[in-house]
Amino acid sequence: MTTARRQVPRHHLLSVLVENKAGVLARVSGLFSRRGYNIFSLAVAPTDDEAFSRITIVVDVESAPLEQIIAQLDKLVNVVEISELHPDEAREAELLLVTVAADAAERAQVIQLVGVFGGRILDVSHGEITAMLAGAPGSLDDFEELMRPYGIVELQRTGRVALPRLDVSADRGLRVAEGA
Amino acid sequence: MQMTGAQALVKSLEHGGVEVIFGLPGGAILPVYDPIIDSSIRHVLVRHEQGAGHMAEGYAHVTGRPGVAMVTSGPGATNIVTPLADAYMDSIPLVCITGQVSSSAIGTDAFQEADITGITMGVTKHNWLITDANEIPRVIAEAFHVATTGRPGPVLVDVPKDVANATMEWYWPEEVDLPGYRPAAAPDPAAVEAAAELISSASRPVIYAGGGILKSRATEALLELAELTSTPVVTTLMARGAFPDSHPLCLGMPGMHGSYGAVTAMQQADLLVALGSRFDDRVTGNLAAFAPGAKVVHVDIDAAEIGKVRRPDVGIVADCRLAIEALSGSLRARGDLRTSRLAPWLEQVARWKEELPYTYDRGAADGTSPATTDRRLPGRPPLLKPQFVLETLRDATPPDTVLVSGVGQHQMWASQFWRFERPYSWVNSGGLGTMGFSVPAAIGAKVGRPEATVWAVDGDGCFQMTAQELVTASVERIPVKIAILNNGYLGMVRQWQHMFYEERYSEVYLSPDLPDYVGWAEAMGCVGMRVETAEEVLPAIEKANQVDDRPVVIDFRTDAMEQVFPMVPAGASNDDIVVHPSQTAALEKARSRS
Repeated sequence: MTTARRQVPRHHLLSVLVENKAGVLARVSGLFSRRGYNIFSLAVAPTDDEAFSRITIVVDVESAPLEQIIAQLDKLVNVVEISELHPDEAREAELLLVTVAADAAERAQVIQLVGVFGGRILDVSHGEITAMLAGAPGSLDDFEELMRPYGIVELQRTGRVALPRLDVSADRGLRVAEGA
Repeated sequence: MQMTGAQALVKSLEHGGVEVIFGLPGGAILPVYDPIIDSSIRHVLVRHEQGAGHMAEGYAHVTGRPGVAMVTSGPGATNIVTPLADAYMDSIPLVCITGQVSSSAIGTDAFQEADITGITMGVTKHNWLITDANEIPRVIAEAFHVATTGRPGPVLVDVPKDVANATMEWYWPEEVDLPGYRPAAAPDPAAVEAAAELISSASRPVIYAGGGILKSRATEALLELAELTSTPVVTTLMARGAFPDSHPLCLGMPGMHGSYGAVTAMQQADLLVALGSRFDDRVTGNLAAFAPGAKVVHVDIDAAEIGKVRRPDVGIVADCRLAIEALSGSLRARGDLRTSRLAPWLEQVARWKEELPYTYDRGAADGTSPATTDRRLPGRPPLLKPQFVLETLRDATPPDTVLVSGVGQHQMWASQFWRFERPYSWVNSGGLGTMGFSVPAAIGAKVGRPEATVWAVDGDGCFQMTAQELVTASVERIPVKIAILNNGYLGMVRQWQHMFYEERYSEVYLSPDLPDYVGWAEAMGCVGMRVETAEEVLPAIEKANQVDDRPVVIDFRTDAMEQVFPMVPAGASNDDIVVHPSQTAALEKARSRS
C-alpha cells in the first residue's frame, strides 16, 4: 500500500447496507474471495439505526462485471440494500495516519506540509512525527508521496467511505439494486 | 408454555411439516435427541453423516419438500459438508441441524468443536448460529423459508448444547422477517413481450430446459409452450424427466455426453430459450464457440444467473413456471404460431435425432463378441455391455420407477439409455459430481416415495464410498435396489486416461472381485446377486423387483473397455463432438448436409 503513486484503477464503489449481525462481514468478504472478485478497500461501521451496518467496498470491476458482483451480493440474506456509486459521482473520503522520521531540522517542513493538506499533528518526538489526514483518496496519495522522502516509519489508511455527490438533478448516479 | 430449547426445536420441526429426519446423534446434539423419542417425526439412523445429507437430498428430489438432516458438532458436522455442497450446486432444499459445543466453549478448541457456520458459508444458501433458546422457533421458520423459496438450496442451523438445554416460552412465528431476502416471483411483462417477440420470429429455436423447470413445478407449462410453438426441447442432466423423452420435440440431454441431436441443435440454433438452466461448462463446452449464432432468452429465478456465463438478449428474473405461462399467454395472443417457418428446422432436427441416436455395440450384448473380452482379465467370461444392462433394467421396471445414480460413466449411460417420461423420476448429483451419492440418495427417495420402485444405478467406485448405508436401509426396512455396473475401474477417469493420457492408466484399477459385492450385500442384510452373462440379466432384475422387504444389490460384471459416447472433449467446441465409432459415416453424412 505504501509503494509508488497509486494509479486510479477501474474501480467502483458499493455502499452495502447489511443487517448488523455476527458473521456478516465474513459472508461478504467470503463471497468476494470465493467468486474471485478483487476488493481494493473495505470499510464497515454501524449506521444510525443499530440494526444495520454499512459496508463500503471499492471493487475492481476488471475482475468481474459489476452487475454480477451486485447480483451475487444481493443473494446474501443479510444484505438489505446495495447502492452503486460511480467514482465521478461520489464524494469519497479516507483517513490516513502516518509516522515520519523528521529531526529538528526537518520538523517544520513536515508540519507545514501537514498544514497544507489540512491534516493534524498527533504526536511529536525528537526524531519522529505522527500526523493524521482525512480527505479524498487522491489527496492522501499526494500527501503520502510528499512524506516519503523524509522516511515513512509507519503508515495506515482506512478503507474509503463515500456518499453520492449532491446534484440539482436529484439522485443521478445512485443506483439501488432492486431485490430482483 | 415453557419448554427446553431442544423441545422447541423438535416442536418447530413438527410445525414446519417435517415427517422424517435423517441423522446420527453425538455429544453436542444429545439434548435434541431426547424429545425425538416423543415426537411424531420419523428418525432414520444413518451409519455416516454424509449418508444423512444425501438421504435428505434424495427425499427432497422426489417430493419437492425440504429434506432434514440432524448431526452432532465437529466431525458430525464436517461429514455433512459434502451433501450441503452437493445440494447447493443442484439447488436442493435441505435443512441441516447441527449440534455445537456450549456457548461458553465456542472458540476454545473444545472437544468436537468445529466452526461449521464458517465452514459452510460458501456451500449453503444461508446459515445460523443460535445464541439464545428464544430464537429457535424464529430461526427454524426462517430456515425453512429460505431453503424452499426463490432458488431452493441448503441451509444449516447450528445449535449450541447450552442453548438446547435452556428454557424458553414456546411461540410460533406466523411470518418471517428477513429484510434482505426478497425472492423473485412474477416476470416483468415488458421482458416477457420482448422474449415472445424473439420466439415468434426465430426460425431455428431450441428450448434449453434446466433443473429450474422441476424446482418450479413447471413441467406442464413447459409442455404447453413447446407444443404451442413447435420448439424442440433439450433437457439438461438436472432436467431429465422435465419433458417426456418420448415426445417428438424432445432431443434429450445436451452437453459433454449429450445426444448428437441435442448438442448440434443448440450449436446451430438461432434462438436458445434457457428456462431454469445455467449454461454450465459441461453443457456449453468451449464457451466462445457455443451456439455462436443464437440469440438468448434466459429465464431464472436467480438474478445472478442472468449474464453470469452468457449474456442474454432478454433476461427474465422470475419463477420459471410463471414466466413460461406468461410467455405462452403472450405468444397465444399473437395468433398463428404453427407457421411453416419452422418446418425445415424441425425436419433437420428430427433427422439428427434419427440418424445419430445413442448407440453401443449391440452385437456384443449376448456375450459372444470378442470385443467384450477385457484383456486385463484373461480366462474370464466375456463381459456385459453396461448399456445392455440399463436397457434391460429400463424395460423391466414399472413406469413409476425412480432412478438414482452416482457419478461417472454409469451416470451418463443411465441418463442416455433410460427413458424419462415423468418428472421427479431421476435423482443424481449434477453440479458437484459427488461419487457415493446414489445409495443414500436412493434410500431418501424411497422414504419420500415409498409406493414407488427405487432403483439406484451405481458404479463399483461410487458404491464403495457409501455402501454402509445399506445397513441403515435393511434395519429401517427401506427396500431400495442397487444395480452396480461393476467394471473394476474408476471408469470415467479411465476413459479420460484412455483418450487424453495415452492410455497411461494411473490409479484407476479397483478389481471387480474385491470386495465381494454379493457377500458384502448379504452381510448388510440385503439380497445379493451376481450377473455375468446376458441371459442372467433379466431374471436377476425380475427377481429383484419381487423383493419388497429388504434392499437388493446386483453385481453386474460389465466391460471395462466400454466408453461413453458421444463425447465433447473438455474445452473443445461442441461442434467437435466425438460420436460412437460405428457412427462415423452417419456423422459425415449429417455434416455434409448441414
